[in-house]
Amino acid sequence: MMNASNTDKMSDVVSDQATLELRDVSRVFGDEWEREEIIKDFSLTVRPGELTVIVGPSGCGKSTLVNLIAGFDKPDSGEVLLNGEKITSPSNDRMVVFQETALIPWQTTLENVVFGPKLRGKRSTSEIEAEANNLLDKVGLSEFKEKYPIQLSGGMQRRAELARAMINHPLVMIMDEPFRGLDAMSRELMQEFFVRLFEENRRTNLFVTSEIEEAIFLADRLVVLSNRPTSVRQVIDIELPRPRDFHMLSSREAYEYKKQAMEILHEEAMKSFNRTDGGYQPVAE
Amino acid sequence: MSESAQNTMTHSESHKRGDSSAPKKSSKLFKALSSRTFWRGVISLIGFVIFWEICSRMKQWTGVEVPWIGKVPPPTQVLLAWTEIFWLPGYWESWYLSTGRVFAGFIAAMVLGIPFGLCLAVNRYFHDIFFPPFEVLRPIPPLAWVPASIVFWPTTELSIAFVTFLGAFFTIVINVLGGARSIDIRYLRAAQSMGATQWDLFRKIILPGTLPSIFTGAAVGMGITWEVVLAGEMISGGGQQGGGGLGFFIWSSYMGGTVAQVIVGMISIGIAGYLSSSLIRYIGSIAMPWRRLF
Repeated sequence: MMNASNTDKMSDVVSDQATLELRDVSRVFGDEWEREEIIKDFSLTVRPGELTVIVGPSGCGKSTLVNLIAGFDKPDSGEVLLNGEKITSPSNDRMVVFQETALIPWQTTLENVVFGPKLRGKRSTSEIEAEANNLLDKVGLSEFKEKYPIQLSGGMQRRAELARAMINHPLVMIMDEPFRGLDAMSRELMQEFFVRLFEENRRTNLFVTSEIEEAIFLADRLVVLSNRPTSVRQVIDIELPRPRDFHMLSSREAYEYKKQAMEILHEEAMKSFNRTDGGYQPVAE
Repeated sequence: MSESAQNTMTHSESHKRGDSSAPKKSSKLFKALSSRTFWRGVISLIGFVIFWEICSRMKQWTGVEVPWIGKVPPPTQVLLAWTEIFWLPGYWESWYLSTGRVFAGFIAAMVLGIPFGLCLAVNRYFHDIFFPPFEVLRPIPPLAWVPASIVFWPTTELSIAFVTFLGAFFTIVINVLGGARSIDIRYLRAAQSMGATQWDLFRKIILPGTLPSIFTGAAVGMGITWEVVLAGEMISGGGQQGGGGLGFFIWSSYMGGTVAQVIVGMISIGIAGYLSSSLIRYIGSIAMPWRRLF
């Protein structure tokens, strides 16, 4: 195991905090004959050291947004800025934790975690492996480092993925519905685990979800999206104290936040029902 | 193809959580031998042979001939023919020649087909230029190439190997292309975020990600090479240059020998094909340790 001084040196406290800014970002898919605006005039600032959670109706373009921020895709207009610099390509200063698992199946847990630093080759293998072991210890996977992803449970896969992202020391973590597909119990455990991790290192985090309770439990700020074309409908500051625990979800404030967000989401969902292609006219309440 | 996919599915279901105690090598064989699947297989084969024996001898016993199968010599007679042939060096030379041709064509198909398929998958210009002619040539059955092949190549031996090569090549290319294309884009994106170069992406993601399809293509391609080599041998005959081979053995047994001998030839091919695909499966399980766990 690791001795104390070593652990300190490797600890995951983030020193330089980052601001992520989206300015009037738009993204259109299709060609000149058939165009669909997925994202329109999207502006948002993800403040340093905060956990910003994005919720939106399903199919509203949340993943497209993630791709733009990660640099996998480019906006048609507007810009995405990290600490004032324009994002043009993927980089390890923005790590994405994907929906379900994106661990590489032919690499063991340890190989997955050390993959990024080893590719960049800036540090010695022993240093990288020491940090990887430390992180795997932290996420409770020390005994599973020689296992392949398929041998891990859903919750373990998500934790391995968190370790794989953290070892790259990103300035911003982008979580794209990371706990989707987990059963209710594992999901709750992962939320709790994740919120502890965040509260410990306070790394700027953009978390995308479609679960409103998860959003309120985690968020410093809750961003509610409109339906397609997606833009920011409302930003709600979640003033629940930290460290968070699940009891807070049954508080009066949490209830109010939930009600407020649900009303907006409901309105937005209705809009998509009312669209001509929806084919279904909901009965007025 | 679908069979292997199915296996993977059921195995991954049952072993998702992974056994913490990995079975030892020695107990693995024991496990396989004591499994119900193994014994069902044994019983099925024995049952089949008994059924065949009874049907073949029905006319001799009752005077009533069982349709089709009644015309086939019974397994005991085939076995007898086999024990005679078994000691002839010509029989084993046929094995040797056919196996050599199969592997020559098959290895050439792998060596050329895998890079070709990968290039088609990763480079759009390469794909746009080479895919259309490839798709026109692909549906042509390998046997239709035989006359052309004889014209192309100076020796019968080379002609047969070429036809064999074609049989495996198209299958391997199509599998590699499909496999490389179906790699989850998130693996590529994750690697890109972590700073992977194009070469890293190819080496660490695309190549290992295509391995399962390469082995599927190899298994199917191997089956086709056996089909093709036998047909090639039947057509080219036992001339001075080509000659021999299990395909020719069957043909000459039909022309001048007995039906029992023909069946010996057929079963020999079955065994050869089974051994070849077992070899590919074994290499696959070593090359892809992450799949061996299922």
